Amino acid sequence: MIERYRAKIITPSKVITLSITMLAMLVLVIVTSLVLGTADVSFKDILDIILGNTPQDDPIRLIIFRIRLPRILLAGLVGFALSLGGVVFQAILRNPLADPFVLGVSSGSAFGAVLAMILGFGFGLGIPLMSFAGALFTIYLVMMIGARNIGVESSTILLTGVIINAFFTAIIMFFISVSADDRLHTMLFWLYGDLSQSRYTQLFIIAPIVLIASIVLYGFSKDLNIITTGEENAAQLGVEVEMIKKASLIIVSLIMGLVVAFSGLIGFVGLIVPHLARMAFHSDHRLLIPVASIGGAIFLIAADTLARTIVSPSELPVGVITAFLGAPFFIILLKKRGSQWTRS
Amino acid sequence: MRLKNIGYRYEKRWVLKGIDLDLRAGEILGILGPNGSGKSTLLKIMDGVLKPQEGEVTVRNKPFHGYKRSAFAREVAMVSQENTFRFSFTSLEVVLMGRFPHLKRMQFEGSGDIDIAVNSLRATEALEFAGRSIHDLSEGEKQRVFIARALAQEPKVILLDEPTSFLDLKFKRDIFMLISSLCCEKGLSVALVSHDIDLVAQYCHRLIMLKHGNIYASGDPYKVITSTNIEDVYGCPVLVDSHPLSGRPRVNLV
Repeated sequence: MIERYRAKIITPSKVITLSITMLAMLVLVIVTSLVLGTADVSFKDILDIILGNTPQDDPIRLIIFRIRLPRILLAGLVGFALSLGGVVFQAILRNPLADPFVLGVSSGSAFGAVLAMILGFGFGLGIPLMSFAGALFTIYLVMMIGARNIGVESSTILLTGVIINAFFTAIIMFFISVSADDRLHTMLFWLYGDLSQSRYTQLFIIAPIVLIASIVLYGFSKDLNIITTGEENAAQLGVEVEMIKKASLIIVSLIMGLVVAFSGLIGFVGLIVPHLARMAFHSDHRLLIPVASIGGAIFLIAADTLARTIVSPSELPVGVITAFLGAPFFIILLKKRGSQWTRS
Repeated sequence: MRLKNIGYRYEKRWVLKGIDLDLRAGEILGILGPNGSGKSTLLKIMDGVLKPQEGEVTVRNKPFHGYKRSAFAREVAMVSQENTFRFSFTSLEVVLMGRFPHLKRMQFEGSGDIDIAVNSLRATEALEFAGRSIHDLSEGEKQRVFIARALAQEPKVILLDEPTSFLDLKFKRDIFMLISSLCCEKGLSVALVSHDIDLVAQYCHRLIMLKHGNIYASGDPYKVITSTNIEDVYGCPVLVDSHPLSGRPRVNLV
């Protein structure tokens, strides 16, 4: 009898097994995406490169290393971070419909980035820092406005997000319209999510930060489980609620700031992927955090591959793809389940 | 657990003033009073969720601020009305959350924790729905799961906020029987807030009655539940007679 229950409990080995399975899928998706694109590349070419049979100046090798690989890796990191951010937001706001984009955090962050460009902070650390500040400020706003009845009335929070989103997007559009900058087109593209500007230097900045952030947030996973059941409850069970909330929101703002600075506004990843992960596996964050994060990487790589192949040789901003999938998904969730979440 | 001269105010309005209270080992203390008399506030102070502006809560002669949140959760558990499950967890997982204060940050629940959770569920007769989602349970079943979670914390004191609201007659009785047996068998102290005067009179060892944030009456049920006290505190005429079997006081509306 007890053995039956014991088998259902989450153990480190279950988490590791599932994470490794997800990572294997990620590698598969990366390799497939390397092959797909305007220029013809075959699996055999990739195998040759791995085995070192290709000369340094081979054009295929250049396409893979200079163009496709950095872009795919950026998509993976961004998807990972967005999904992780979604999971944490959903737990802290106790709302399955929360996501950095829906809550306006992404556009707040974008506003910070645009402000940095206009004030001439350049593309050094100025943009990511301002972007981080924008994300932090928006989270603060959402918490202030929605704080009184967080989780009780999910529509308040969502409405707050919609308003913040509209406001910041309007300001960004205003700036774009009045500035006579040639970068206008790039900026518009960036607003809808653009991964084509990926550089290895960016990856070296994002990767360690996202990795460290995810490890710290993983350390909070039991606390997050309990916070989803109510803050007073959590405090009573021994969770340092205020500390966990503040720390995780700051960490999430940091990675959202980075992600928005380097990839623009990519919506709904943080909604769709955690949602599917909960449906397929579990509400327990010890499992949810790794599965949803790696799933986010897989999802965004796939979406970006679609974005650059679907109208080839031209391409779409990846945000168009995610919004195209995400918006109907969101409506279905809202209609079917309201704010109540039940495992199906 | 001891409360010394507790005062609590929201803004300028004092909700509680000059509360002195002892909770002894193995006793069930009932907290009565009309709506707005400060019952729930008192319970939240005992549970450390609210910090009183005056006075001090001590558990085993150590003041509340001397405890880390998790250490306090190993002494005192609360079964509150705030239980908003937005995400699905099974009953067993909910009860395992009670093990949180006993675990280190990265530590997973071990087999010892699972045994404790299963035994807690067995004690509250909730083992049969251990594998079911908390969303699919009735109010009475949920209440049993939450009491089991409190037991899994292995505390010395359990606080219950309106444990029988939303419950039908049978479940009300069952919950009180369960609380009594836990106190007897495990030497737990229980403090509970309730509007069910008859049930409280039946099962509690000691009562306090609050009026406007002060203790109006305290002592055994015979002493506290009298028609004058109830008329004074609740402002409603009643007739108090005794229960035909237990002889405990019983309130009849007139």
